[in-house]
Amino acid sequence: MEKTIIPIGPYHPLQEEPEFFMLTVEGEKVVDIEVRIGYNHRGIEKLSEMKSFDQSTFLIERICGICSTSHPFAYTRAVEDIIPVEVPERAKYIRTIIAEGERIHSHLLWLGLAGHFLGYNTVYMWVWKLREEILDVMEILTGNRNSYAMFKPGGIRRDIKSEDIPVVIKKMDSIVSTLEMLKKAVIDDPVIHARTKGIGILSKEDAINYCALGPTARASGVARDVRKDSPYGAYDKIEWDMIVTHNGDVFDKLVVRILEVFESIKIIKNCFLNLPGGEIDANIKDIPPGEGIGFIEAPRGECFHYVKSDGTNRPVRHKVRAPTFMNLPTCKATIIGEYISDATIILAAIDPCYCCTERMTVCNTKRKKIYTGKDLIKLSREKTEILRNKMGVK
Amino acid sequence: MIYIFYFLFFGFLLTAIIGLLASWIDRKVTAKVQYRVGPPLLQPLIDIVKLLGKETLIPAGSSKITFLMAPVIGLASVILVSTLLWINNIYPAKSFLGDLIVVLYLLVIPSISIIIGGFASRNPLASLGASREMKLILSYELPFILAILVTVIKSGFTFRLGEILTFQAQNGAFVRSWSGTLALIVAIICMQAKLALVPFDIPEAETEIVGGPLIEYSGSGLAIYRLMKNMLMFTVPFFLIIVFIGGLRLDGIHLLYGVLKYIGLVALMTVIRNTNPRVRIDQAVKFFWGPMTIIAIIAIILALLGR
Repeated sequence: MEKTIIPIGPYHPLQEEPEFFMLTVEGEKVVDIEVRIGYNHRGIEKLSEMKSFDQSTFLIERICGICSTSHPFAYTRAVEDIIPVEVPERAKYIRTIIAEGERIHSHLLWLGLAGHFLGYNTVYMWVWKLREEILDVMEILTGNRNSYAMFKPGGIRRDIKSEDIPVVIKKMDSIVSTLEMLKKAVIDDPVIHARTKGIGILSKEDAINYCALGPTARASGVARDVRKDSPYGAYDKIEWDMIVTHNGDVFDKLVVRILEVFESIKIIKNCFLNLPGGEIDANIKDIPPGEGIGFIEAPRGECFHYVKSDGTNRPVRHKVRAPTFMNLPTCKATIIGEYISDATIILAAIDPCYCCTERMTVCNTKRKKIYTGKDLIKLSREKTEILRNKMGVK
Repeated sequence: MIYIFYFLFFGFLLTAIIGLLASWIDRKVTAKVQYRVGPPLLQPLIDIVKLLGKETLIPAGSSKITFLMAPVIGLASVILVSTLLWINNIYPAKSFLGDLIVVLYLLVIPSISIIIGGFASRNPLASLGASREMKLILSYELPFILAILVTVIKSGFTFRLGEILTFQAQNGAFVRSWSGTLALIVAIICMQAKLALVPFDIPEAETEIVGGPLIEYSGSGLAIYRLMKNMLMFTVPFFLIIVFIGGLRLDGIHLLYGVLKYIGLVALMTVIRNTNPRVRIDQAVKFFWGPMTIIAIIAIILALLGR
């Protein structure tokens, strides 16, 4: 049969970020896939090396709007790894609360988008309405709906007011009841079963070989979670379960994410019940020369930061590795042999986040002319001159 | 002359107005279900008028005449079929032999025009959508025709719409019998596929193939397709009302019943479309050739037994 190339991207009405999947199809069956990312490179690592350790936290938060806690969390842990400093207990609990709140809103965002990809727009709208409530909770706790600016090396910037806690717990309970209803509507729907069960299977071996992370790996039966494997924050002090399923298809990834939202709500409530008093900041003065790594479980998997200091107030090297970087190649194992109708939901099932991922771009410089900054300015000036002449402006 | 009046007034104008209104109801109810505000009353009309004023782009390498003619053919067939239905509904005696078959044929042409337009636009996604539309027609036409056959059997093997209507006026609507109810259920689900609404919006699947056959259409071509789809939202339910639920009567209190019948069908369509995700094309074919065809055949057997 003749092979056709179906492009998804770089600018596709479905996707909110620029990325390019080149699907080779025979009829309706996908036989090959080529992924190209790098359209969203912003040079964050370089920028971070030009800012002080304290300013970097705000920059790192802007790597991604959805993971705006995961990156600062991993970064602060990397900085705290350079100086052996003990973070106050209260700060650890509050960090955990914020991180789990982010996990809830990120998973709900994905669930809504998954509904949209399947053509189930009612679920899309309902879930996103529920997500608003979580964002309200985050606004009560931190003052912001997103990009909370709560983290700093050595502690947190803002304390939680004790009068807010009952309000937040009450809101969490109302979210649980709505979520139960949604869970029934999504997990028990026969048409959703037909569309997602047995689709895009990532076997356990493939998950291990591709180094899949987070919910993508846990849906394939790989019990891999930084929160359990090397606990940080308050995760070792409270009760919670890791959700692991074994089929590795889109449905299992969906189930893992929905059940993790319930776990996150449980963690937040437990944290509030056991919230200790005391300081919230260790007051770090200066950072000695050395290297540090920080890794935490972001909503999509392990987020890893490496910071190197030379004793000045700036990092000399800051490396970021987002979970999507590891999860994206698994689509090679999942998508080949599936129908083109399922392609979008399979690609979306890893919950990709490209703006987190894009750290560098490799260009093929052999073929075409390379434009330097000077050339571009020259081109721009020439064009302005042409436009001026056209419009008659002196 | 009187037929030209019917053609223009009932076939085009009235159908378009009711169709646009139905599309507004559909959008508004959908919005309410999804906690949104929804569009104002005139939005469907504004959309079409706006599109008519936009530039029509013709993709390079496409077959120009086919590309531009396809929407016109679709719209023309919808106008023709709604004229036929209105004439039969108002004067059942003016029916001609076999007009039921003509209506069934004409109702397929809008889908065929979408296929032609999709293939003519020379875009891989449009071709994919067109081939899906083709598979979808093949799958839903069989149970749809079987379901309509039930009414033919029950009205004493007549192929005139007018006689089906008069039979129902004398003996009560077919939907009151077991076979009629079963056939109507099958026909409603086939209607969902005919109108390309979720769960059978497979040919257009916005999130998979970005509108499918309509991807290259812009300006007036797209406006005509939109109008055609909105008019179909009246024509197909109207056809089902005529053959199953006794038609629309325009006098006195019966007008209210007629409006209720129609709004009931539109509401049902909206509910189905908002409580289901999209199925895959192979699942749709299995669904229509399996359970739907079997139910339709059961309905035919019941009709032959006189139930």
